[in-house]
Amino acid sequence: MSARDNILKKLRAGLEGSTPRPDQFDETLVTEPWQYAPEDRIQRLRSLMETVHTEVYTLAAANWPAKVQELLENRRLANLLYAPGTGHGQQLAEFWAEAAAEQNLLAYDRPIEEWKEELFWQVDASITGTAGAIAATGSLVLWPDRHEPRLMSLLPPLHIALLKASEVEDNLYVMMEKQNWPAGLPTNLLLVSGPSKTADIEQVLAYGAHGPKELVVLILEDA
Amino acid sequence: MSQRIPVKELTDSFRGRAVGALADAQLRTNFRVAMDSLMKKRADAFPDEEEREGLRELGNHIKARALSRLPDLLEQLEAKLTENGVHVHWAETTEEANRIVHTIIESKQGSQVVKGKSMVSEEMEMNDYLAERDIECLESDMGEYIVQLDGEKPSHIIMPAIHKNRRQVSKLFHNKLGVDETDDVNELIQIGRRTLRKKFLEADVGVSGVNFAIAETGTLLLVENEGNGRMSTTVPPVHVAVTGIEKVVANLRDVAPLLSLLTRSALGQPITTYVNMISGPRKADELDGPEEVHLVLLDNGRSGAFADAQLRQTLNCIRCGACMNHCPVYTRVGGHTYGEVYPGPIGKIVTPHMVGLDHVPDHPSASSLCGACGEVCPVKIPIPELLQRLRQENVKSPDEPAVVQGGGSKYSWKERALWRMWMALNTRPTLYKCFLWAATRLGKLTPKNLGPWTENHTAPVPARRSLHDLAKAHLNAEKTSGDRS
Ligand code: SF4
Repeated sequence: MSARDNILKKLRAGLEGSTPRPDQFDETLVTEPWQYAPEDRIQRLRSLMETVHTEVYTLAAANWPAKVQELLENRRLANLLYAPGTGHGQQLAEFWAEAAAEQNLLAYDRPIEEWKEELFWQVDASITGTAGAIAATGSLVLWPDRHEPRLMSLLPPLHIALLKASEVEDNLYVMMEKQNWPAGLPTNLLLVSGPSKTADIEQVLAYGAHGPKELVVLILEDA
Repeated sequence: MSQRIPVKELTDSFRGRAVGALADAQLRTNFRVAMDSLMKKRADAFPDEEEREGLRELGNHIKARALSRLPDLLEQLEAKLTENGVHVHWAETTEEANRIVHTIIESKQGSQVVKGKSMVSEEMEMNDYLAERDIECLESDMGEYIVQLDGEKPSHIIMPAIHKNRRQVSKLFHNKLGVDETDDVNELIQIGRRTLRKKFLEADVGVSGVNFAIAETGTLLLVENEGNGRMSTTVPPVHVAVTGIEKVVANLRDVAPLLSLLTRSALGQPITTYVNMISGPRKADELDGPEEVHLVLLDNGRSGAFADAQLRQTLNCIRCGACMNHCPVYTRVGGHTYGEVYPGPIGKIVTPHMVGLDHVPDHPSASSLCGACGEVCPVKIPIPELLQRLRQENVKSPDEPAVVQGGGSKYSWKERALWRMWMALNTRPTLYKCFLWAATRLGKLTPKNLGPWTENHTAPVPARRSLHDLAKAHLNAEKTSGDRS
């Protein structure tokens, strides 16, 4: 008999004579304590994210590419990784061409194997979209796909994320329901709630453990 | 007391190691400081008692419900993952699990592995197994990395290097990596970051644990703060996840409360920096992610615990570490004293099923049964009850069937006979009266050496008159004076 059969057999023997417990999931326990009035929702998100060293800016939707450029300029960064196949990627590229911005735009347009070294060591910053955010825990939802690969939010020391103000939900449970997650998840769905950190030495908090040292969230208000 | 313990026992038994740990002032300070801060963080993260208790009840319900259909859920998980393109393997023993992992690595001619934090891989002693086969298996969680670099084992399931302070880490880095010594924690972390980033880049295979495996969607969910888990599961061309069979939950929505319980109980955080949900390997048109994803489901004694309805509750555990943070014994003796992968209260109730009660006979008794662990456990495992049950299992006579492997290892006919006598004394009034008469009159004859008791105490001398006697006399006196007035 295979290990699988043995394990399942033992488990089934252990359950003999018992009946499965009914599902009594009480969703109010995960929703009611985490509900916010519309005007408080973004404030909650913002303050939670700021507590863990995230920079948050709220701006009019049209202004974000200029803000990105400013962020790079202030930090004297030389390049920015972006996703050319996305709407915001195209918007960014257009702005960059018009403004004749000096920072290099790097397009994530080929498999990682072709430029692993460069991605690991030479990229200063990246910009990605988000699939919304969760106010209760101060989390961004990232839904990577072929256009916006997963490593964009992990390898560069600075990660800039765009968030639509209208896509902030109260809590994880509501987010799952609204976006119907069980119906189809991407290969890698992520919740990101700040820059990478660790407290493994003497519980002293240090940022930039393995992922980004800085996370900047641009909340875009609908025009 | 320490002179009485043979040298071998000093390192080979819980008692012996405890003596050493208790005498180590630095170690005790490191743990005391850390546990105090972790307890405070947890308390701050649950300001509303009603909310906390409701959520714990729900957490318990979700795990109990999952366990009540465990075999079906495992099959569903396997089917869903397979549909998603993930290879699922089953292992009854750690040896089998190691062989599976090794075969996968060999098939890719891999020689370098990076590992995200995984307690199950510690159970397997995977690092050693692979090292013996010329495969480098590097820990990438900062704490695990520090511990591995020093040839040690983790002393806490969430904070593996909690027993070390910054100076000890700085010395270690200096000796092993040739960097300058520094007292700056940030700088120490940056040294780790640079060293490990190179390893992520080169690795052939990434190994990780799993916090929750979701049957409904075929998803492996991992939580972490550092990003090393994401690195290990995203960068190398192959990702192998190893986990215990108890980690499966039915539905995606079940993780909403469990996640909240886990991160708040463990670190007092509303959520970890990353929640990483993996539902398959890289798709044909995607640009990164592993081309192959494997899941190894490990039993290693869990089905033994499962067989008993009471002990089954051990498998509710979501490995938050809160029970050890709140344990007065753990705080004083530290994680290494337990001598096994899982320390603290959870270690005491889970390890016997993995290695046998006869290997860890002191585990269930190394507790004052104060109840703190059971009170904080986010999935409401009645740890003190389970400890008592394991104590009973370990003194069962050899004729009774063993429920836990290695059970009955502390059985002693002498002890059994003594307790029988004690019971007889206390249930037969005539016998009891005779005993009382003898004890009060012949108290002087009590031996000076009463075994372990007199190691730390003076031998008790029975009073000349029993309490019973005194009370009677008192009542009589009252009665007489009452009559008079
Ligand atoms: S037994 Fe409970 S408190 Fe201890 S690690 Fe497991 S879930 Fe946490």
